[in-house]
Formats: sequence, C-alpha cells, structure tokens
Amino acid sequence: MAMTDQEILTGLGEIVDEVAGVPADQVTPEKTFVDDLDIDSLSMVEIAVAAQDKFGVEIPDDQLKDLKTVQDVIDYVRRTAVSA
Amino acid sequence: MRQTEGTAGARILAFGGYQPARVVTNDELAATVDTNDEWIRSRVGIASRRIAGPDETVADMAVQAGGKALAASGLSPEDIDLVIVATCTPEAQIPNTAATVARRLGINAPGAYDMNAACAGFCYALANANDAVRTGTAGNVLVIGAEKLSQWIDWTDRSTCIIFADGAGAVVVSPVADADEAGIGPVVWGSAGDMADKIYIPDRDGFIIQEGQAVFRWATTALHPVAKKACERAGVDPTELAAFVPHQANLRIVEAIARKIGAPQALVADDIVTAGNTSSASIPLALSRMLERGELASGAPVLLLGFGAGICYAGQVIKVP
Repeated sequence: MAMTDQEILTGLGEIVDEVAGVPADQVTPEKTFVDDLDIDSLSMVEIAVAAQDKFGVEIPDDQLKDLKTVQDVIDYVRRTAVSA
Repeated sequence: MRQTEGTAGARILAFGGYQPARVVTNDELAATVDTNDEWIRSRVGIASRRIAGPDETVADMAVQAGGKALAASGLSPEDIDLVIVATCTPEAQIPNTAATVARRLGINAPGAYDMNAACAGFCYALANANDAVRTGTAGNVLVIGAEKLSQWIDWTDRSTCIIFADGAGAVVVSPVADADEAGIGPVVWGSAGDMADKIYIPDRDGFIIQEGQAVFRWATTALHPVAKKACERAGVDPTELAAFVPHQANLRIVEAIARKIGAPQALVADDIVTAGNTSSASIPLALSRMLERGELASGAPVLLLGFGAGICYAGQVIKVP
C-alpha cells in the first residue's frame, strides 16, 4: 500500500530523533538536513539505513548525497516505494 | 593415530596494554592538514592519539604489552608454549613478529605465528588460542595485538591521519579443569571479500586508503547481528553483559552498534577518545585500561567485536579475569 507524505514525514521524524537527537517536530519538509537540522554525512548514512528498515526503501550512498531537504527524502521514498 | 587430550575449556588469566609515549592532539594535526578539533571529535570521536617513536617497532610494543600480561598472569615464560601476534603492520614479511617477541620475553621455543585479520585480528587470534588450549594443542597461550599504523599513513591525507594510531594489547589464555569455569565463548566470525577495496594499502610503498562512508554504512548495518549471535552462542543474554568492547574504529560506529545490540546496561568502551584507532590492538588495549580503572568485576561477561579490512569480522563473549 502506498505511503502518504504525512506517513513518511512522521516516520522520518522518528528516525531523525533517534539517530541525531533532533526532536521529531522540528523535522518539517522545507528543512535542509545539513544547514537547518545540523545533521552530518555520517548521520545521513544512519538515517538512510533506518529508512530502509522502516520504509523498505534502499537509499544508496550515491543517491543519498542528492537528498538535501526533508521533502527530498519524502519524494525519494514515495517514488521508490511505488516503483518497487 | 594418537590425538591430543583436550581440556574442559579456556579462560583469560590476565591482560596487558602498552601505549607509546608521544601524544598527538587534534590541534597538532590541524597545524599540518585542513581539519580541526571540533570536526575530528564529532566525526570520529578522537581527542588525541598515541604515536610510536621513529625507532619503536611493532615488536617493541608487543613485548611491552605481552610482558605486562605475562607478569599479571602469575605464569612464568616457560609456561607459555604458543605465541600469536595479531598485526597488519609487521616490520617485515619475514621473520614474523611472534618468534622475535617470544625470544625477547624469554619464552623458550614456543609455537609462534603472526596473523592478519586487520582490526578483527585480536578476536581471531583469541579464538585460535581458545581452540588450541581446548584441544590440548597448547598449554598456555600469549595472544598479542600490536600495530604501528603510523608508518602506513599518508600524513597529508586528512581522512585517515586523524584516525589511525599505534599501540599494543595482550592476554594470557589458560586451560580450566571444569567447563563452568570457561571464560571464552564460541567465536562468530566471517568476512566480506567483495568489500576488499573499501580499506586497503595499494602497494608496498603505499598508505591506508579507506572509503569511510561505505565502511560506516556496512559497520552500522552488518555487525549487530554478529554481536547478538556471539551472545547467543555463549548462552549470555545481551542484558547480562557488563560491557561491550568493540574494535575502536570510530566512536560513531561504536555507539551505533551499541544502540542495536539490546544491552543498555553495558558499559561501552570509548578508548578511542585518547587512543585513536589501533586496529588489532584496540580491544585488548581498551580492556586492559578498563581493568586498570577498576570498571569491571572479575567474572563479568564482556562482548568483544572486531571488524575491519578484508573485510573480516569476529566476536565472542569473554569473562573478565
């Protein structure tokens, strides 16, 4: 069943909270991971790994570098989950 | 054909650690490469590391750590009949390090070999020692992890020179008469040769090259099941662990694995903060320092987990001597 943007955002908020200690309510679509949420490249890898467990969507390193904002990840997960 | 008579099990009698005198701080590195203290602390968790003197060899450090473990064990050099040195930075391919170290410690004609499983080397060597004692192939074994990684580092490469360091750690492994007294659990080991190119030294004159992000992803996804399986095979629930002492690769990797093994009560080794990544030496070095600080009670179960170049990995549960 396809996930809605809101469902992905909620799941992503939980992941970011667990991995980087950033409260889930700060994880909003327009935020950038690096500049707004102060998340570094290693935490991004951990977020990608946790997203795979939660959403069943693999985010390889070469794709990960292009995902700058929370919305970018939401779009990627929705798109990839649908095509999978 | 006649076979050796085995023993009920083996345990670690004592630990010994050695760190070279010279402390290299992050600020010192920042003076020569484009990095800074805050960046290094946040990405790898290292505040300072120890670097061997120009004439100080892997064997020198191994003798120091091995000598301390031997003295602490209460055994004499003549009681040891096997010496294993886990190292990926020996001075030469031949002669091996182990025979030289044995001679310098006054151990007479033991079986002696070096073994290279890089940062997993200590756990591999400990498993070998355990098996040798259990099968009766050896009486008492001196196991040493010793590395001089500083001589395989490009000191202008800021991605590696901030991480790797020098040091040695050792244990003495001895038989027990009763299986209940056994203090080394079954090893869970493996490798991923398809990732051989993620951490490597290209040639004899080359330096360590590492794809940090790929290694980080692998370490934070593939290893916690290995750790859990080592607990399962030893019959120790993760919630019973007194400590988790993984290879001190990167504090972020250590913490990520620790979060996933289901042992919130366990003390997690963070020796990397002042020791750096010393490859095969990191686990026995961290443990020897935890014991010196009185952080672990005798008999307490501790999970070890080595992993690194190869890629090779191994884990086992031990009891604190």
